[in-house]
Amino acid sequence: MKQSPWIVTVAMLGLALLYVPLLVVAVMSFNATRHGQTWGGFTFDWYLRLFSNGDIGAAFMNSMLVAFASTLIATLLGTLLAIGMRRLPLRPRGRLTADVLMNLPTVTPDILLAAALVVAFGVFRQFSGMFSPGLTTLIIGHVTFEISFVAVVVASRLQAIGREQFEAARDLYASTWVAWWKVILPQLAPGIVAGALLAFTLSLDDFVVSFFISGPSSTTLPIIIYASVKRGVTPEIHALSTLMVLATMVIILGLVFLERRRAEPG
Amino acid sequence: MGQRPIFDGAPTSTSRLWTSGLALIGGGALWLFAFLLLPMVVLAVLAFAQRDEYGEIIWVLTTDNIWRVLGHSSLGWTADNLRIIVRSVEVAGATTLMCLLIGLPLAFWMAGRPRHERALWMALIMVPTCINLVIRTYAWMLMFGNNLPPAWMAQWLGILLPGEGLYPSGFAVYIGMISCMLPFTVLPLYTSVERLDWNIVEAARDLYAGPWRTFRHGVLSQIMPGVVAAVVLTAVPSLGMYVVSDLLGGAKFMLIGNYMQVQMTGSSDPPMAAMVGLALIIVCLVGLAAMYRFGGKASGSPL
Repeated sequence: MKQSPWIVTVAMLGLALLYVPLLVVAVMSFNATRHGQTWGGFTFDWYLRLFSNGDIGAAFMNSMLVAFASTLIATLLGTLLAIGMRRLPLRPRGRLTADVLMNLPTVTPDILLAAALVVAFGVFRQFSGMFSPGLTTLIIGHVTFEISFVAVVVASRLQAIGREQFEAARDLYASTWVAWWKVILPQLAPGIVAGALLAFTLSLDDFVVSFFISGPSSTTLPIIIYASVKRGVTPEIHALSTLMVLATMVIILGLVFLERRRAEPG
Repeated sequence: MGQRPIFDGAPTSTSRLWTSGLALIGGGALWLFAFLLLPMVVLAVLAFAQRDEYGEIIWVLTTDNIWRVLGHSSLGWTADNLRIIVRSVEVAGATTLMCLLIGLPLAFWMAGRPRHERALWMALIMVPTCINLVIRTYAWMLMFGNNLPPAWMAQWLGILLPGEGLYPSGFAVYIGMISCMLPFTVLPLYTSVERLDWNIVEAARDLYAGPWRTFRHGVLSQIMPGVVAAVVLTAVPSLGMYVVSDLLGGAKFMLIGNYMQVQMTGSSDPPMAAMVGLALIIVCLVGLAAMYRFGGKASGSPL
């Protein structure tokens, strides 16, 4: 298929809109000049300082803790949700409704979830102290937006596996449990891993929900970056941003290739 | 439900499938009920609550908040809030339109790449959606700073005074929004463009349709579900955006999202924020209903 030059031009413009600014941040993270944007020579200093910065270190630990804990819970609940949905003997219309409901949270604007959680936690607090702003509320919030993403990824993998192998296993006298555990689950594993990785990056990079529901002692990396953008950015933040962008890219690209290797025959 | 026999690898009954299925979804469904549905309902109720002079919420319901959001207060009527609403709709509309104009060629370009490359390009479009929004927005602040090529160009053209940067400004917000939302436009468009039946396009050409009619009847009619999905998935989050306008627009460029954030956390008039949120929920649901009705299979989520 031949393409006219203007299609290529606009396509490149689109890609530039996505990546050029991030590239500029990466370049600036190696710039020795502390203030302003003039090039003052190449340096690794900002990366080194990053690792000796206590605030950033604490925020890093919080981010990791929240990301791991929420990913663990969301992967478990999301996977079971996807499997359970498949087992329900729904009619086509009911199945469509169920699928839409499962997808709904993935397209909800995050500010809505954030505002709703702030209000709800305010009400819940009157019954239990665990809902005061802190790491617990952060983990609860993150799990809430991750579950659906995990469920959607796992469900699409389940769809790809199909029913035949399960039925074959049952024909050969495997119990439902054994058929799931020995036949379906090993094939489902890459989908579960993909869902977990997606949940992890979503948690690591979430700002809006975290900003609304975190407390003073539960600052995460995105909140630190926001605070310093508001106050005036130090080059350490360029270094931190570059590392976070790289981590996200590695995880997502890895995830895509994981999925592609499974999809190819043989 | 019932004891209807059914085949699930081996003979079983619908009621057994219901039991095991419900047991499996129980945890996740309960979680989403407690921390998604219930909070949304609380938010919707709060939208009609009142507040005493100390900022405490009084759970006596009233419809006054609707009028207050539209600008009425005991001091008379101001257009401030209406301006925010109109500006938000403008920004969301313009962002969606620009994303479509850039996203369509991008989707066609991607679909024209060799098959083995496409997954990579799709991944590269998806990566930014997962990158922290603050970083992506800050990257534009840096780009638009006073000492880099975009600002030089504007200074040279005489739009800016020497030494000025391109932000905070409405222009910076628009560019930032387009950059943030573009992936949400491209992904559903690409899904339908990839499945395009080019035979129909060729048939249109063979029958002497000009370029516009070929596009309108040969291409657009086929990718319409993708376009609908792209519009909804771009416009709805645009309406709720607040990081971009907060960082690139400065204090004067307030959108619905900024308004919600200020009322929810800062000067604290949560019922106002909740009322705006409720409106956003309704817009969101209407948009999604339209998407599932007309968007068909193209309404794929990120993976």
